[in-house]
Amino acid sequence: MNAEIRPIRTPAEQALAASIEAARNTLPGAAGVKKLREAAAEAFIRSGLPHRRVEEWKYTDLRALVREAPPLAAPPDKNAFEQAKKLDPLPRLDARRLTLVNGAFVPELSDIASLEKGLTIVPLSRALAENNRFAQKIGELHPDTYDAALSLNTAFLNDGVLIEIADGAKLLRPIHIVNLHAGGTPSSTYARSLVVAGKNSEAVIVESFAGPEGVAYQRNSAIELQVGDKASFDFIRLQAEGAAALHLSTLLAKIGNDAKFALYPVTQGAAVSRFSVTLRFAGKGADARFAGATLLRGRQHADTTMMIHHMMPNGTSRELMKSALDNESRGIFQGRINVHPGAQKTDARMATHALMLSDKAESVNKPELEIFADDVQCGHGATSGAIDEALLFYFLARGIPRKEAEALLIHSFVAEPLEMIAHEGAREAMLARAEDWLKARS
Amino acid sequence: MALLEVKNLHAEIDGKKILNGFDLTVEEGKVHAIMGPNGSGKSTLSYILAGKSDYEITEGSVTFQGQDLLSLPPDERAAQGLFLAFQYPMEIPGVATMTFLRTAMNSIRKKRGEEELSTPDFMRLVREKAAELKIDPEMLKRAVNVGFSGGEKKRNEILQMALLAPKLCVLDETDSGLDIDALKVVADGVNRLRSPKRSFVVITHYQRLLNHIVPDVVHVMAKGKIMKTGGPELARELEAKGYTAFEQAA
Ligand SMILES: Nc1ncnc2c1ncn2[C@@H]1O[C@H](COP(=O)(O)OP(=O)(O)OP(=O)(O)O)[C@@H](O)[C@H]1O
Ligand SMILES: [Mg+2]
Repeated sequence: MNAEIRPIRTPAEQALAASIEAARNTLPGAAGVKKLREAAAEAFIRSGLPHRRVEEWKYTDLRALVREAPPLAAPPDKNAFEQAKKLDPLPRLDARRLTLVNGAFVPELSDIASLEKGLTIVPLSRALAENNRFAQKIGELHPDTYDAALSLNTAFLNDGVLIEIADGAKLLRPIHIVNLHAGGTPSSTYARSLVVAGKNSEAVIVESFAGPEGVAYQRNSAIELQVGDKASFDFIRLQAEGAAALHLSTLLAKIGNDAKFALYPVTQGAAVSRFSVTLRFAGKGADARFAGATLLRGRQHADTTMMIHHMMPNGTSRELMKSALDNESRGIFQGRINVHPGAQKTDARMATHALMLSDKAESVNKPELEIFADDVQCGHGATSGAIDEALLFYFLARGIPRKEAEALLIHSFVAEPLEMIAHEGAREAMLARAEDWLKARS
Repeated sequence: MALLEVKNLHAEIDGKKILNGFDLTVEEGKVHAIMGPNGSGKSTLSYILAGKSDYEITEGSVTFQGQDLLSLPPDERAAQGLFLAFQYPMEIPGVATMTFLRTAMNSIRKKRGEEELSTPDFMRLVREKAAELKIDPEMLKRAVNVGFSGGEKKRNEILQMALLAPKLCVLDETDSGLDIDALKVVADGVNRLRSPKRSFVVITHYQRLLNHIVPDVVHVMAKGKIMKTGGPELARELEAKGYTAFEQAA
């Protein structure tokens, strides 16, 4: 652990420590979970919020960015459900909805009737109360180094959703985990979810985040994905939080032999957000894709930090990140591919591109490769630039107004990763989100 | 009133003078050919007419249908009926040709206060014009000009021209890169568009194109200005003698 030992200093850190202390004896769970929470709480209190001297958080200095830590959200009531319901950012997506409001699983807003054969869905709170086999699986996956946001999430481990897809089960419809925030005053929410996809299983999971526009709520969400041998697993993510929100999110994934895994993160909400991904190739011959789009405007700050570990031979991975940055926004992509000594014949390629839509926007585009095996094919590239004026002129010369021409060019830029989404409904829903973002461009 | 009137146009880029007192008057329904050596400023002239902003106009004026053309943004010029067929058409990855054509047509219709075309009407029109130009409909499903051969790109320019039905068509070396059959197809396409209301400025290096698109007026351009103006026979004279004689006249 590289957490430095120092006293809590900022008001936000003090408030978080107090919040942890207050929650300590109220959260459910057996001894195992309590121990997990205690350890995380202690580690967080020691480390405090991450700051720019912590390598992974270099560009998202939470100690500077987070001035206050609002109180823990109260358990949502009927009124909150009603408010939240209207915020579903993908209302037309045909999927099995599992709704979390302020981090709490809400059966009333979830479609948990007539589950397909081989599909199990359990709220985390129930799993913790029953201390069932799911409860014990939480926390199995870890990032490479100590991560304060994840520790904070674990310290408040309480509710979320657990999904199990049995060996050989093929989901007919995508599952949509809808994370909503309700309430007119700032509050903090935590949710932890887990998906275990069995051998040879097939699933498409969409995870979305949304909340009210003007409320400075803070969300800390984490999900663990365990993808079995030969499973095919697509995970599509839409971060469409309200414009004043703070969004911290961790995704930990482990994929087995010959598994096919795809992750499509779309980021367009929140004032400050960070999405951290750690993906491990735990089996040989697995194939992973990461194809993301970030669309920012105003003074938004969004950080995507991705770490991929090729640990076993014959793995393939493709990473494509596209960021369109308008106004005074700040988009960060840090991507690292680690090829471990045993991961011979790894084929990994990462590309990250930023389209600067304003002189005042800022992009950090940092692809990195670390290779400890000799028989591999790896490459990476990064570009950053404004819309090509010569291309734009071609549109103008055909009578297309500048704004519309720009919209077409921006769309063609950001659509590339979204077009890769294999599931048609999810693909169209995400492309529609990108189009809405473009239409709202002034 | 002439459709286009360019008077004593001087233009430069990064302090480099490219047009040096260029004059041109195009009447309605006429076809003008401009011939001139490499680097004489033909593409620069066409870009300036279309509204590319890279150039500094230091002197002179351009009027189009009696209006000051230079004060209009490029999309407005297109809406008013000016069309440039590019010497080097752009490739636009990620934007489907159909989307591009449709957006262009509807933008122009909107600016003219006309209604947008319905999808079936648009499709019918594109299919008809594409067939006339022997453009494979499959090509229209691809991104604009991406993976098109040189000749296919030029044909695509003429397709756009046919769809947008402009008043003044500036063709910048539309013949270069075309094989003999394609040249005929493109020239036929242009000839179909000829009308008493529509004018053309055809920039070319070769007499061959002018055998198909017979011009009313031929200009020789060198060093950023018109050196000589005549009838179709001037093009043949050029083909025989080359540009040197005209350049020396400067
Ligand atoms: N962006 C630019 N920067 C500097 N010089 C330029 C630029 N564009 C054109 N020029 C110069 O201006 C001159 C005229 O160029 P232009 O392309 O108009 O010639 P042209 O007559 O169309 O030639 P060609 O027959 O080869 O197409 C050339 O000397 C060219 O190098
Ligand atoms: Mg030229």
